[in-house]
Amino acid sequence: MATFVENVGRSTLRGIDYVGSLSIQSYASIRSLGAVLPIVGNKYRWKASVREMLQVGVEAFPMVALMAICAGFILAMQGAAELRRFGALHFVIDLVAVGFTRELGPLLTAIAVSGRSGSAFSAEIGTMRVTEEIDALRVMAFDPIEFVLAPKFIAALIVVPCLSVLSNACGIMAGGIFMFFSTHLSLGLYIRYVLNSIELRDVVMGLIKSVAFAAIIVQVGCLEGFRVRGGPDAVGRSTTAAVVKSTFLVTLADAVFTAIFYLTVKH
Amino acid sequence: MSVISIRDLVVEYDGRRILDKLNLEIQAGEIMVLLGGSGSGKSTLLRHILGLERPQSGNVLVKETDITTCSQLELQRVRRSMGVAFQSATLFNSYSLEDNVALPLREHTLLAPSIVELMVSMKLAVVGLGEFAKLHPQELSGGMKKRAAVARAWALDPEILVFDEPSAGLDPIVAADLDELILILKQACQMTVIVVTHELSSAFRIADRIAMLHKGSFLAVGTKDEIRNSTHPHIRQFLDRVPDKLEDTNPVESYFERYLQQQEVTV
Repeated sequence: MATFVENVGRSTLRGIDYVGSLSIQSYASIRSLGAVLPIVGNKYRWKASVREMLQVGVEAFPMVALMAICAGFILAMQGAAELRRFGALHFVIDLVAVGFTRELGPLLTAIAVSGRSGSAFSAEIGTMRVTEEIDALRVMAFDPIEFVLAPKFIAALIVVPCLSVLSNACGIMAGGIFMFFSTHLSLGLYIRYVLNSIELRDVVMGLIKSVAFAAIIVQVGCLEGFRVRGGPDAVGRSTTAAVVKSTFLVTLADAVFTAIFYLTVKH
Repeated sequence: MSVISIRDLVVEYDGRRILDKLNLEIQAGEIMVLLGGSGSGKSTLLRHILGLERPQSGNVLVKETDITTCSQLELQRVRRSMGVAFQSATLFNSYSLEDNVALPLREHTLLAPSIVELMVSMKLAVVGLGEFAKLHPQELSGGMKKRAAVARAWALDPEILVFDEPSAGLDPIVAADLDELILILKQACQMTVIVVTHELSSAFRIADRIAMLHKGSFLAVGTKDEIRNSTHPHIRQFLDRVPDKLEDTNPVESYFERYLQQQEVTV
């Protein structure tokens, strides 16, 4: 019994420690954002941010697009299989358009970015810790949060919503292609129907989610990197932890946002 | 005049005392060598001198600022007057050699790019790497990396230059070259130099004074001759390279005896 209580207590303290570290790091990185802005900030940090944007955003686009196209086809086909029975095949368009804009676009993008960039952030910072590069930065009077984390943070905050919008477009286009082949619905008419079914609120909600997901991925990935102690094996463990924890927290945040959206929207 | 004062410094990890009430004064313009065997606490002491960790008790005053209690801003100011060449060089692999050396100049000064370029060329030329400015750290040998680390540590012409195990892992000729470089830099720039090492030849070549560390305490602090002529048993053992007396005269034999006894018990 004592062991069980000890374990629960230890896990709780670890959890509090993790959330505390995450909060402190998030606060420090928000304070550092001014340094990475163009014109008013440090030009070297802004250059680093642009490099990060290319890596997190541009290089991830083919993968995100492919995932969105596949998910668009899956959603359209699964929806059509059921809705056809009720003679409501045209509702597939609503399902794909609203489903992607509100939910699937931001979530799929976050999962792709978490697996691709969250792990990379953790591995990069973890390696810097193991090789004492973080210590070198500190003794050179650089703030590691501003130098390493802030460019990644601003890059993700900008490119993840952009990727999310592109993911929405790809998923919705996949739905259009499905409708064209299954019902011979022209692409022009499909797009008009899509624009009619989605509302600005859905797009804004998706974008807000994307910004939150971006923040979670960067903060968790970087924290796992900064917490690396030991050798290369610790870097490997931190990379896995970064992906697992950020994917879990993204899903949790998505559930919270969706609940808020559901409760606040007038039915 | 003391540039660095260490007063009653106590460091403990998990209840284990690593540094035990250390006191040391490092004078301006001298080369102080912190000498000691593996696990003596040299690197821990160095990390506290650099303000990378906070001690349990005691003070470290760098240029009359107590870096154990000062604000982050004051610590940054103190650190700008220090240059550190780490044992593993800690050059940034994504930067070329010239960018590594230029980094503190670009970030901490308002010098024009042409002046920064000139200074970087000069620093690299002095450490004998003028031709390799465009190369990246992974393209350099161990000795070249260490010299590049010296160039970066020296970039801002600091008042205090710190070397962590400068000759570790280098062949005797390259190590001797590095010793000469330290002496030249000290003579030319009138800097205070702190060198952490366990290499006797290097220590006696470059030191003005030596602080001999053993199990977290200073056994002696004095000039080269004072240390060389010391009659302290452990200093004599260290200087004369005498192994520790083992209780077990033949550990291999006794290991096999124990192993066979265990096997007999099992059978």
